[in-house]
Amino acid sequence: MIELGKYAGAVMGAYGLSLALLGGLIWQTLVANARARRDLERQENRG
Amino acid sequence: MSIWEYANPVKFMRTSGAVLPWTVAGAAVCTVTGLVWGFLTPEDYRQGSTVKIVFLHVPAAMMAINIWVMMLVASLIWLIRRHHVSALAAKAAAPIGAVMTVIGLITGAVWGQPMWGTWWEWDPRLTSFLILLLFYIGYIALWSAVEDPDSAADLTGVLCLVGSVFALLSRYAVFFWNQGLHQGASLSVQSGERMSAVYRYPLYLTMLGFGLMFLSLMLVRTRTEIRRRRLAALQAREMRA
Repeated sequence: MIELGKYAGAVMGAYGLSLALLGGLIWQTLVANARARRDLERQENRG
Repeated sequence: MSIWEYANPVKFMRTSGAVLPWTVAGAAVCTVTGLVWGFLTPEDYRQGSTVKIVFLHVPAAMMAINIWVMMLVASLIWLIRRHHVSALAAKAAAPIGAVMTVIGLITGAVWGQPMWGTWWEWDPRLTSFLILLLFYIGYIALWSAVEDPDSAADLTGVLCLVGSVFALLSRYAVFFWNQGLHQGASLSVQSGERMSAVYRYPLYLTMLGFGLMFLSLMLVRTRTEIRRRRLAALQAREMRA
């Protein structure tokens, strides 16, 4: 187990918040891309 | 072969599709390995375990500035040569830069509280970084506010030029003003000022990982923007028919 001492809250907080933000950005990027690809395919199939 | 070939959306989609698996794999390997390695480094004799925050703070802050510079180059290409892909790449990069700026500010505050005794200080680098975040938000808002895509690209391109002053200021503020709390550059080419190799190598790896992560996200988001643009064109053509 990694010993973070009296600054455990600060270190874990920094890592937790940063990874949550990066995870949210990646998730939003992939969802938007999948939606755009699906909408375009649907439109192209109509034409 | 010319670099301007990639301004063709079809060429861009084909090339980015081939490159993406490699950049995604490189980003995942470098970022995860760098962060785990960094997390396992020993405590600093003065900063204790808070030194581990450097592996998030420095790469995020570096990317926040570099992404704005990339947006500046892409905006200039749009303003001068009117290549749509470059305008869309700048638009695609902005939310990534905003998130990197937020991470830089949050990790800086969380690190600063135990080390400086305060979450925030109106220090030159911190202040210019906060202004850079406001520029990112303004840039994203301006793209959303203007309906015509070419006008939006023109206006955001000009905003990007103005914001570049703060992007560069946030990078070099510590050299202009010495009264701030923020330290100088974490990494230096001068051997006497180098941080210990124990921290330096995992830091290099996370910096590379964040760079590749940006490249991957920017390519995916640009592809999304190109698809949206094509969808809008097809829908407009259908309406006219």
